Amino acid sequence: MLGSVVEHYVAVASILFTLGAIGFLVRRNSLVQLMCIELMLNAVNLALVAFNRQHSADMDGQMFAFFIIAVAAAEAAVGLAIVLAFYRLRSSVFSDEADKLKH
Amino acid sequence: MNVGNVFFALCTMVALFGGVVTVAAKNPIRGAMGLLASIIAIAGFFLELSAQFLAAIQLIVYAGAVVVLFVFVIMLLGPDARSTGGLELNSIRAHWWRGIGAALLLLLAAGVGISAAMAAPVPQPFADAPLDHGTVEAVGKFIFTKGMVPFELTTGLLIVAVVGAIAVARGKISPADQKKKPVAPLKLFGGPVVSREVGPVTKGGVS
Repeated sequence: MLGSVVEHYVAVASILFTLGAIGFLVRRNSLVQLMCIELMLNAVNLALVAFNRQHSADMDGQMFAFFIIAVAAAEAAVGLAIVLAFYRLRSSVFSDEADKLKH
Repeated sequence: MNVGNVFFALCTMVALFGGVVTVAAKNPIRGAMGLLASIIAIAGFFLELSAQFLAAIQLIVYAGAVVVLFVFVIMLLGPDARSTGGLELNSIRAHWWRGIGAALLLLLAAGVGISAAMAAPVPQPFADAPLDHGTVEAVGKFIFTKGMVPFELTTGLLIVAVVGAIAVARGKISPADQKKKPVAPLKLFGGPVVSREVGPVTKGGVS
């Protein structure tokens, strides 16, 4: 039965996490990379909530997911601010061009 | 097949499709829309896992705040935010080992998933959860008793993030720019649009 077993949710979460990881590694557009990070955090949230449904005596998993959502919001705000500052510096959003510390 | 199965299948399809669009879209606006679809599908999963409070929070914070922030920034950057295929392809060719690493990661994740599925040959369906599992009352009680300290620390984190985001994104005006006469404001109604120095010249523009 679909959706009544924790394995199904964990499978979906692992596929989503892998998609996000591949996108983060392969894409060079830093906006898309930030979106891929959000995708990975979402996948982790899904796995946490699914495991919490399996062990439903307490709500540790949902509490973790709650804090992850808060941290992800802060991360998106600061990350996008960094992207804007970098764009102001180099007129580009490609992370390949963030090499000022190299030279 | 009951309603729950159909709902799970629908959410799975939307979440995976949204994830693929996020990763593969050349235009970041499309990527943001894919992320939005994925987030809404995950909120659906939360509903099915009897986490109503988290489903609401997911929609409010992610779909309502984070994706809108992404769209704001993409619109602010304009055409420069778009990925030019050539540049990204060149960089992928130059860093082919990243692709290999990503493929290995995919294989590893698939292997872990399959071995986990093998280890539990008979999947146990969910037992009945307590009636108030995941409601606002239950999660709130849990957060304000067991999770009190991290909850308070989160407030500090959010304050620091807000101040840091403003400080980083505002930037400084160089002394030379301060002496310069401010640029005439963009005319929105009537008259030709004054093209800015940065970015490609707009074709036609708003008349």
